[in-house]
Amino acid sequence: MFDDFLIRALLGGIGVAIVAGPLGCFVVWRRLAYFGDTLSHSALLGVAIAILLEVNITLAVFVICAVVSLALLLFRQIAPLSSDALLGLLAHSALAIGLIALSFMTWVRVDLMGFLFGDILAVHQSDLLIIWIGGAGVLIILCMIWQQLFAATVSEEIAKAEGLKPERSELIFMILMALVIAIAMKIVGVLLITAMLIIPAAAARRFAKSPEQMALSAVLIGITAVCFGLYGSLTWDTPTGPSIVAALLLLFIVSVCKLRQT
Amino acid sequence: MQLSTTSTLVKLDNAGVNRSGRWLVRGITMQVDPGEIVTLIGPNGAGKTTAAKLALGVLNLDEGSAHQRKNLRVGYVPQKLAIDWTLPLRVTRFLRLTHKYSDKEIRSALDATGSLHLIQAEMRNLSGGAFQRVLLSRAIIKSPELLVLDEPVQGVDHTGEAALYELIERIGDSLNCGILLISHDLHFVMSATNRVICLNGHVCCSGTPKDVSNSSEFKSLYGQQISASLALYNHIHDHSHALDGTIESREKNSERRI
Repeated sequence: MFDDFLIRALLGGIGVAIVAGPLGCFVVWRRLAYFGDTLSHSALLGVAIAILLEVNITLAVFVICAVVSLALLLFRQIAPLSSDALLGLLAHSALAIGLIALSFMTWVRVDLMGFLFGDILAVHQSDLLIIWIGGAGVLIILCMIWQQLFAATVSEEIAKAEGLKPERSELIFMILMALVIAIAMKIVGVLLITAMLIIPAAAARRFAKSPEQMALSAVLIGITAVCFGLYGSLTWDTPTGPSIVAALLLLFIVSVCKLRQT
Repeated sequence: MQLSTTSTLVKLDNAGVNRSGRWLVRGITMQVDPGEIVTLIGPNGAGKTTAAKLALGVLNLDEGSAHQRKNLRVGYVPQKLAIDWTLPLRVTRFLRLTHKYSDKEIRSALDATGSLHLIQAEMRNLSGGAFQRVLLSRAIIKSPELLVLDEPVQGVDHTGEAALYELIERIGDSLNCGILLISHDLHFVMSATNRVICLNGHVCCSGTPKDVSNSSEFKSLYGQQISASLALYNHIHDHSHALDGTIESREKNSERRI
């Protein structure tokens, strides 16, 4: 029979690409790339807490990411948090504290590389279930707030003046980000999640004539990169997560060349 | 907070905004009723935009109160709007920003500002004047009851400016909506608006254009010469310009008096 683990890896990767595409567009439009990085770096702290308390890792990562994103949102309202320095400080301290916490737990053997760079070839059926059900949930909610969130992205003032509630959709978006990071961690790892979010969206920009088209193109580009990345990883025996990101970069470069022609 | 008993669209009562110990504006009292044009004038940094945002409910106030009529339909043209290059946004999609509209509604809103030809254009590629017209189209598409225009003619050339102001007057008449306008064009302000509020951190003076231009506060803020030249501003056009600059003849001469 055709390698089971490969099919599971493919299904997992495609599932993540489908969710990451539309969400990643908002990350790019709202200039939240570094924000996403900060969130995903704090995911390792979630892993440490999950092992310590013996709870589900995905759940713990989601909770920690949600708490961090809400804290950042609050910070943003109190003081203007556009500062790259502050986000970078938070991102790497969260990563460092997570690593230290894990090193204390000598009684468990932790596959650190797996958490940092993903372990798509070890995706179980239960992981697939989490990815597809969680992903479907994220997409449904994103569709529901799409109009509001997009209006607030173009102009928060217009949205607010004309009776929409931008704060609410932004809050929901932050929770969705935390959810996507939690479910995508298994596939590409905490260090590469942001790449899964922003590169497909950035590459899709060249082909898109409307925001909705850009979201759809980002999904297709993400799926293509997952297929290429997996194939390359098997052929040349390279690490899978980084191979997917390298494939994304390749597609992005192709899209830039397309821009030059037109 | 909502007004339900009166027909007043929006009302500020002694409103103030404080940012880290400094009052951006304070003691702002004003209201906009249906069918009237209320203009905010004043020097840069006088708090015109802040006052408009208070009326819209975009900004929270630290003092006083703001009331809007229940379920008020608002159209807003903000002072600044930057479209990021990562956003693929065409004019038709931009007009659907806050609500869904049919193609017909979009066409007629663009047609009203003379920018129907821009319907498929990318927002980022529009010139300053075209951009302002599209912003105005978006604001009027749902026939708002209150239209808030924050310097709607910025980046528009002189002939376009006059045409755009004329358009705003026409829109106010045809939609019978209240308009809150922030403008630097004192000639338009004095000739076409119903009420003028002169701001400088607080309400310097307010009233009909005539009262304001004769008031000593206005004269000290804008200088004797300007107020004198406004008093003389009363001229007759024998033609008018369409939005694209071509000359149209008119049956009735437009006459602007103070």
